[in-house]
Amino acid sequence: MHLSAEEWEILLLSLKVSGVAVALCLPVAFALAWILARTRFPGKVLLDALVHLPLVLPPVVTGWLLLLAFGNEGPAGRWFTQWLGITFMFRWTGAALAAAVMALPLMVRAMRLSLEAVDRRLESAARTLGATRARAFFTITLPLALPGLLAGMVLGFARSLGEFGATITFVSNIPGETRTIPLAIYGALQLPDGEAQVTRLALIAVALSLLALVASELLARRYAGDRNRHVL
Amino acid sequence: MSFDIDVERRLGDTRIALRFQSGPGLTALFGPSGAGKSSVLNMIAGLLRPDRGRIVVAGEVLFDSEAGLDLPPERRHAGYVFQDGRLFPHLRVRDNLRYGWKHIRPEDRLMELDEAVAFLGIGHLLDRWPRTLSGGEAQRAAIGRALLSSPRFLLMDEPLSSLDRARREEVLTVIERLRDELALPILYVSHDHAELERLASAIIPLETERA
Repeated sequence: MHLSAEEWEILLLSLKVSGVAVALCLPVAFALAWILARTRFPGKVLLDALVHLPLVLPPVVTGWLLLLAFGNEGPAGRWFTQWLGITFMFRWTGAALAAAVMALPLMVRAMRLSLEAVDRRLESAARTLGATRARAFFTITLPLALPGLLAGMVLGFARSLGEFGATITFVSNIPGETRTIPLAIYGALQLPDGEAQVTRLALIAVALSLLALVASELLARRYAGDRNRHVL
Repeated sequence: MSFDIDVERRLGDTRIALRFQSGPGLTALFGPSGAGKSSVLNMIAGLLRPDRGRIVVAGEVLFDSEAGLDLPPERRHAGYVFQDGRLFPHLRVRDNLRYGWKHIRPEDRLMELDEAVAFLGIGHLLDRWPRTLSGGEAQRAAIGRALLSSPRFLLMDEPLSSLDRARREEVLTVIERLRDELALPILYVSHDHAELERLASAIIPLETERA
């Protein structure tokens, strides 16, 4: 399959947007997963619901809310422009932000499950052996939760690649700036002779998604395999 | 005085209250299951906070509710051997053994790695993953890991209960040698009379009160 320069641009932009989205989302998702898995406080149900909101809200609404908050006139948007020199509206940065918000619930969910699966009695054991809370976290909790954390990242990356509704609402469909694979497919569908391009882009989307899933599966399996290799 | 304990803690509708003092050797906490024996060990290790009380082990105050003193577990230097071993599943036996040991200054170490390995007869297990060990092997590795963290005292929570008869003997012998050769105060939890008759220098009964 031969890709045109335009299609290469679309593919690379999609990878960039998704990569940045996952990187952006990672610390936030991990912190939220930690809070949801390990702490108890009044209002936790509400936080849980808020985190999951992008999953059930019509993506157009999420996009519109992003526009209100992070648009050039929005409070968050103005703050970012003024202090960090970052604008989101009609920019690839906005596409990454939209993808990050949409990926958040999936990443939090996967990471929360993996944190909850770590036997906390192992952390206690580490503490009695002289480990501080921080050392117990980095040497016991984190490595044991790692497969789930990686799975969450892959899931988030795949979700970001497919993000459409919030993106097109928030940052529109601008070639070379915000036109990721799904937006390009949508655009090409509007054209009378766009069918060949739709096919190629759709194949790329399928290939990328498969690759992501296989990668996460292999990672998880290799990780588990290490510990099983020396069975009696 | 090895152990000078006075603790109270309410857990659900059970109230655990225990006060005892004991000399050197192996002190056994004896009581039916569910009486809160493990909770007492957890309180001494710093994993469970007593509602009230004072914990002094080998002359060091670890907890004192009146003085507002509560050392975190990592500063209590307890060698805790859990009922289920609790080896870290993502580390080979060698790295489990080294977990506490490698952060202790060489001059402060109670034992070197080779000594502990020889003492417990676990040299052939060093490169294995915990899930491939038998119950007795895992428990010996867990004892080694605790000893190598250079504890000032040992807490043992029914270390034999998950083992079959042959493996029990293997670990019992190790515990007897710990008691006689290392002179560390040991607090040992069990509900098995025969086991305690063989091991214990003193037996402390533990009964619960329903509140």
